[in-house]
Amino acid sequence: MSVIISIASGKGGTGKTSVAVALATSLQEPVQLLDCDVEAPNGHIFMKPRWENKETIYAQIPVVDETKCTYCRACSQLCQFKAILVLGEAILTFPEMCHACGGCFLVCEPKALNPGKKKLGEIEEGWSGAIRFVHGRLRVGEPMSPPLIREVKRRIKNDVLAILDAPPGTSCPVIQTVKGSDYTILVTEPTPFGLYDLKLAVEALGTLGIPFGVILNRADIGDKEVQAYLQSQGIPLLLEIPFDRTIAEGYAQGHSLVQVRPELREKFQNLFQETQRQIEKHRHE
Amino acid sequence: MNKIKELCVLSGKGGTGKTSLVGALAALIPNKVLVDCDVDAPDLHLLLAPEVKSREEFMGGRKAKIIQELCTDCGRCREVCRFEAINEDFQVDPISCEGCGVCVHFCSFGAIEFPLALCGEWFVSETRFGPMIHAQLGAGQENSGLLVALIRGKAQDLAEERGLPLILVDGPPGIGCPVISSLTGADGVLIVTEPTLSGLHDLDRVLTLSNHFKIPGMVLINKYDLNKEMAGRIETYCREKGLGLAGSLPYDPAVTEAMIQRKTILEWSRNGLGAEIKTIWGRIQEHLLKDQGVD
Repeated sequence: MSVIISIASGKGGTGKTSVAVALATSLQEPVQLLDCDVEAPNGHIFMKPRWENKETIYAQIPVVDETKCTYCRACSQLCQFKAILVLGEAILTFPEMCHACGGCFLVCEPKALNPGKKKLGEIEEGWSGAIRFVHGRLRVGEPMSPPLIREVKRRIKNDVLAILDAPPGTSCPVIQTVKGSDYTILVTEPTPFGLYDLKLAVEALGTLGIPFGVILNRADIGDKEVQAYLQSQGIPLLLEIPFDRTIAEGYAQGHSLVQVRPELREKFQNLFQETQRQIEKHRHE
Repeated sequence: MNKIKELCVLSGKGGTGKTSLVGALAALIPNKVLVDCDVDAPDLHLLLAPEVKSREEFMGGRKAKIIQELCTDCGRCREVCRFEAINEDFQVDPISCEGCGVCVHFCSFGAIEFPLALCGEWFVSETRFGPMIHAQLGAGQENSGLLVALIRGKAQDLAEERGLPLILVDGPPGIGCPVISSLTGADGVLIVTEPTLSGLHDLDRVLTLSNHFKIPGMVLINKYDLNKEMAGRIETYCREKGLGLAGSLPYDPAVTEAMIQRKTILEWSRNGLGAEIKTIWGRIQEHLLKDQGVD
């Protein structure tokens, strides 16, 4: 088993990827970074990995053999996702709606459904120095990201600290990423949008029972409401990173936070130690 | 009357300024319906202070639930579940349950219930800039795409009812289910990007998506002066792709100041970005929403 730390946010663009990359590149111990934001993966821009392996990931979907189909509708009655439809003596499938639950194969008595596949996306694995880097790239046009995120997470190597970069938001792709984590770092900014979405993320994490803390990015651009909220809820504020134009300019060109500000390395090392203490504490509660 | 036009604002990458821009357009354009389709992290209401006129429950997908008294521990449900959602004690993990109903169908003892789950709420509201439809998905809930489709449908009805010629959609980040649901059938898409490698990378993915659905698009480069070289690269990219540039906006701390005052940037600093946003809106009308009478 590995210790898993996920980086999430609620609001997009608050600095999840910057934090994930900074954390991974600041630590002394062996670490792997998995970019689970398969819709808009950006970690590779900063990690610049040497790719070793690329795999296409498919989901199993039904392909109809019309010579065997009796149009009995058992499949379309079972399918909750309107991915297979019988209209009179015609049968249609809608691969983009299919969740690959496999139910239609099981209920088809004449065995008229053959397993076919739809492409979900790709997973690439490689190395950035001593850091193992994995990301998924959802096929553009594919609506469902959780199955691909699940596949990315299957590639977590045992016994090495894993850092997961989550997508923004609070819905199923985020839950799919963070569930099973030992700790989640929420990255936000001191604005009304940042605070509102942070509260939603806190609520979503609450349902999972994962311990978490907050990094406040661009800590001086807005108001003090986020700090007040964290204090009132007893949520640990792990780190404040002030707004800095050179950080923003470095980010623009694919330079990581700690490349631009090497003195932050130590802060990320300390932050990591703090997360380990909090994980321990959570285990004893 | 002309057909109602729908403009969808997307970005791929989060945090590029979609909502701040939609807020500004809300203040600028008369006669429209506003829709916040970022249903799992909606923020537009923070700028527009909507007065909720009606509130409805959103019943999303179903979740399996095993009735322990009827369960014989036969294990059939665990065999047929592809999502490893049922544990050895025959309890369903609602987070892993995809709502496919396969276990329900194959349980010979009728021991699995399959109730509809309350996944969120949606609202019809009035703002100082006109009607707004918005929603809130429950924490960690699914079916955001369904909720987006529902509120876009309601916006269409409302626009027809009130004779409003435009629907302005604040979209979610990414390219997945809620984005596809926000985009399909729209008349045009405005992609808000930022002058970074990440911004360009994700712009490319959204553009591929909007091309896939054959929806004409334009690009707005926000905070272009944070890296003028990258802004230039994005302009070149747009030219190569035959994609119109709606305009560029500089980084302006007043955007955050306005947000803190719960105001749109147009209400907060009239001498700032207002003129440029007006020009941008002109270009969008000209290139994406041509045959309509919005002014």
